[in-house]
Amino acid sequence: MKQWRFEISSKKGFPDVHGAEVLESIGQLNISSVEDVISERVFLIEADFEQDFAERVGCELLADTVCQDWHLGKSGVPAGPMRASLIEVHLKSGVTDPVAESVKSALADMGAGKVASVRTGRKYVLLGSVSDTERETIARRVLANDCIEDVIYGTDAEPPSPHTQPYQMELTEIPIRDLSDEQLVELSKKMDMFLNLKEMQTIQAEYKKLDREPTDVELETLAQTWSEHCVHKTLKSSVDMDHDGEKVYFDNLIKETVFKATKDLNKDWCISVFEDNAGVIEFDDEHAVCFKVETHNHPSALDPYGGAATGIGGVIRDPMGTGMGAKPVANTDIFCFAQPDMKLEDVPKGVLHPRRIMKGVVAGVRDYGNRMGIPTVNGALYFDDRYLANPLVFCGNVGLIPREKCFKNAQAGNLVVVVGGRTGRDGIHGATFSSGEMTHEHEDIFSHAVQIGNAITEKKTLDTLLQTRDANLYESITDCGAGGLSSAVGEMGEKLGVQVDLEKVPLKYAGLSYTEIWISEAQERMVIAVKPENLDAIMDIFNAEDVEATVIGTFTGDKKLTLRYEGTQVGQLDMDFLHEGICKYDREAKWETKKLSEPVLEAKDNYNDDLLKILGSYNVASKEWVIRQYDHEVQGASVVKPLMGAENDGPMDAAVIRPKYDHDKGVALSCGMNPCYGDIDPYWMVLAGIDEAVRNLVCVGADPERIAILDNYCWGDCTRPETLGALVRASQACYDGAMAFGTPFISGKDSLNNEFVCDDGTRIAIPYTLLISAMGIVEDVNRCVTMDVKKAGNLVFAVGLTKNELGGSHYYKIHNELGANVPKMDLEMSVEISRRIAKAIEQGLVCSCHDCSEGGLAVAMAEMAFAGGLGIEADLRGLAVGEDCVKADAMLFSESNSRYLIEVQPENFDAFARLMLNIPFGQVGEVIKDKKLLVHDANQKTVIDADLDTLKNAWQKPLAW
Amino acid sequence: MDNVKAIVLRAAGINCDLETQHALELAGAQAERIHINRVIDNPAMLDGFQILVFPGGFSYGDDVAAGKVLANQVVHHLSDILHQFIEDGKLVLGICNGFQVMIKTGIVPGLNGSGKLSLTDQKATLTDNDCGKFEDRWVYLQPGTDRCVFINPDQRIYLPIAHGEGKIVCDTDQTLETIKNDGYVAFRYVDADGNEGGFPVNPNGSQDSIAALTDSTGRAMGLMPHPERFVRWTQHPHWTRLKDREGIADGMAIFTNAVNYVKENF
Repeated sequence: MKQWRFEISSKKGFPDVHGAEVLESIGQLNISSVEDVISERVFLIEADFEQDFAERVGCELLADTVCQDWHLGKSGVPAGPMRASLIEVHLKSGVTDPVAESVKSALADMGAGKVASVRTGRKYVLLGSVSDTERETIARRVLANDCIEDVIYGTDAEPPSPHTQPYQMELTEIPIRDLSDEQLVELSKKMDMFLNLKEMQTIQAEYKKLDREPTDVELETLAQTWSEHCVHKTLKSSVDMDHDGEKVYFDNLIKETVFKATKDLNKDWCISVFEDNAGVIEFDDEHAVCFKVETHNHPSALDPYGGAATGIGGVIRDPMGTGMGAKPVANTDIFCFAQPDMKLEDVPKGVLHPRRIMKGVVAGVRDYGNRMGIPTVNGALYFDDRYLANPLVFCGNVGLIPREKCFKNAQAGNLVVVVGGRTGRDGIHGATFSSGEMTHEHEDIFSHAVQIGNAITEKKTLDTLLQTRDANLYESITDCGAGGLSSAVGEMGEKLGVQVDLEKVPLKYAGLSYTEIWISEAQERMVIAVKPENLDAIMDIFNAEDVEATVIGTFTGDKKLTLRYEGTQVGQLDMDFLHEGICKYDREAKWETKKLSEPVLEAKDNYNDDLLKILGSYNVASKEWVIRQYDHEVQGASVVKPLMGAENDGPMDAAVIRPKYDHDKGVALSCGMNPCYGDIDPYWMVLAGIDEAVRNLVCVGADPERIAILDNYCWGDCTRPETLGALVRASQACYDGAMAFGTPFISGKDSLNNEFVCDDGTRIAIPYTLLISAMGIVEDVNRCVTMDVKKAGNLVFAVGLTKNELGGSHYYKIHNELGANVPKMDLEMSVEISRRIAKAIEQGLVCSCHDCSEGGLAVAMAEMAFAGGLGIEADLRGLAVGEDCVKADAMLFSESNSRYLIEVQPENFDAFARLMLNIPFGQVGEVIKDKKLLVHDANQKTVIDADLDTLKNAWQKPLAW
Repeated sequence: MDNVKAIVLRAAGINCDLETQHALELAGAQAERIHINRVIDNPAMLDGFQILVFPGGFSYGDDVAAGKVLANQVVHHLSDILHQFIEDGKLVLGICNGFQVMIKTGIVPGLNGSGKLSLTDQKATLTDNDCGKFEDRWVYLQPGTDRCVFINPDQRIYLPIAHGEGKIVCDTDQTLETIKNDGYVAFRYVDADGNEGGFPVNPNGSQDSIAALTDSTGRAMGLMPHPERFVRWTQHPHWTRLKDREGIADGMAIFTNAVNYVKENF
């Protein structure tokens, strides 16, 4: 075999876009010695072909000869007076390399003969007097990620060898029966099982009963299945809560709050809730829609690009694995980061800079979501420095599924077939790892928990699975997510029993032990149950589109999980013990109402600066930089896009898609979250989140009677009673909010232990974060409403009561205050308001509609105005206010819930006013031609008078990267 | 002929095939989505179609370069049959990734010496956007020729783009001159009033603001914007502001012209 090395570079006169990007990032590290960066791609091909063929590969395949040069072999340092340093970045051996796979198939098309391996790398030439330390900083901070990549310096260094050692079968037993308590804890730690003493004792007792020692794969299976990530043991615990001295008891926290609301509401349009990979509700007579939101926090902290990409890749597989498989039609993404302008020296060891995390996360979701051809239509960004070491990455996916395909039915005798990607060492221990807290050493220890995705493998798998579903060729389907095959096969076989021959699982490379095969979280794998008589037909469909599918076992009916490797039994577990054996927990929780006070801020004559500052704060600012990188229009279904308005740049409240080409019915998606309020009281934080999510849907025209919601808790260490107490408060609000709005929870997920221990021992815990995602049905998308004002002369109404509720507001935030008066809610009134607004929209009375949330009335008005390219003149005398709301700043910036701003044509004044009878509302202004926002307070003093361009610029600039 | 048949070519990573099929059907064609593996197994199946569409997506992940691996596959397996397809007077349309495939196989602008599909004699290409990243935004397009069957020479249209590698560059100034002067430019990026400009009017930095190319016959066209994403008014990015939502959505013009051409000429 010959080793061929190709280097591909931009031709002279053509821009080196990636080099320029790297140069910009280096500048952000305050390194000024680098004057220019040249980026090149490197391909290492081990193959039989000769020089002439290699030259063809260079010019026909690897280089675009119009704008690129190719070079066979290793080129040295470029000639010239400037000093140059060479850095090459290569994937560590075993890390998925999608490009290499495509090059292999292209070489086959060219008739290249035998190709042993293809690897790709990136080469950077830094020009300038760069010191060795700087060079290493640049490599580490900008060019490479230690978790998945190796860096080599200079011209002589060689990339790492691609070859792995084959695996020699060796059955390992782990003696456990005679261990002391300390030794049990030690063992759990040594094996990265993240199981506590009580759980280890339960396992010990089981094996004493069985009168044998467990094998390694049995222990690993239990650790995966019993991980916080997979069974949510904290939320299912019984809780003794001390609420300001008063005792409250829950036998099963989640069952008595979130699940209970769904049960009590008992909506007949809910098809499948909390039992499958996603929650399913009715869409129309033929179809249902399902929705799932997952977090991928820990992996994204270590490798933002790969972590986020596999976050979206993973959640797409949830609808694909719901019922008999849904077709994914929309993605959502919500991220929490520390402020991107944080000083470098403030970032602790073992943590990536928030700007790098953000860029990597956005790029990861972009590349995976766009490649899957699923529009990313809704999302949010939230910044708080407590997310520094624990960024949160929520990814959601909505799927469309035929009504008759909503349930699975695996039977004994079905074959276990794994479809899609191959299994590698990537993502081992992801489920257990994501269940623990992080430390500065995680970067080194848990690099193997990071997964690398290949969207095209998943897309091909999806294409063929939908064909096989419609041909009724399988009986059940689920995705390989956390815990890999151990969870997927283990769950599918829970009621039946299953036997798996692990050596049959196709591998990316040799060397994996049977345990690694079983628990690997390699991406893009689905598991289906196939009747033997359908096997040939289903394989034909997979083969026709180059999708790998392999029979790895059989569902048995013996209610046992049996694992074999090359004929030897390596593990056997009772399904009952595996799924039901986990001990139950009793936990202590404590909530003390915080003693906070309201700050005294001096009244001002003019609030332009405050408004500009809020508009320019990262949380409120335009997210256009992110949104435009996502294909939000693929599938041709978009109705309300994330950015619309006169110049296509106004922030919409929710997204609407029309998922069927021949029907005008739509699905609306939104979210609500405000961790700021949680610093005062997580109960009101969650109610505000539910109200905001519902409001957002109502604003675009969704039916408030048909809204389903999802919960995603991201919390700190719940073994602390105070932290758990906050979670209990949040859960109580979930129940109250869902009951009031009639919005059942249909799916949810939690990610706990989002804490980080710095090398100096300081602990950073994230703020209490509960994301509410909402999905609503729009009867006729032609009636959808957007938030941009439409016409000068139209009237602007504010519906809902404005109270003196600046606690946790952005107004206080820009003044470095928290306050005490967190926005509360009159639940009955909130629900009534949402119904009236929906009715007004249905009757065609509403020209534009926008919800008042972060930044209050002033921000909402500014956004409506600049999105529509028309001014608003407002008079706060018309605002319906609470008795305590007398000051101009409270009227402008209070974040009271349940408020909407509505634009109505003058001729519809009466009809609209009649509809709003008996709820707080008032005409607050008028749309004007003049491109200004003018607000007069109750005393007729002009408190805001700003040009729309100035407002819009302040709003667009912060994240216009 | 009344029964116009279109093939929408699927491949690993192609993801705009369904909406492209839908647009063709709205225009009156009978459209089928077929995987390239099936066509490679039986190239003669193309005889039954008059319109071939390379739809958008990320064929083979756009690994190596956008559309490159699929272009390589097309040239090595379907070169002759595709050449014949065009020779027979039939239509070939490439949208976004499909355009990238067409330019990398030389179907458009079709200026290489042999007149056949080729990987070695590429005269123009589509490369990284100047802004360095993927962009989804709406653009105005001004027709640049009157000899391309897909376009109405007098109709400026509004369509979305969604790509990271859409910047057209030519190998030489001479190629660019030929393309400009001999009617190869199907569309240019312009503003609402028809004027060329910098970013974001020209969203990727294409030479001469070129958004779409045709070949010497006018029966093959590749374009970066997505006409299949504007076939109904609620897809317009500010449809809630438009008074008149009747009439034909801009993207339909391209599909309707193609179908009508086949109806009239076959």
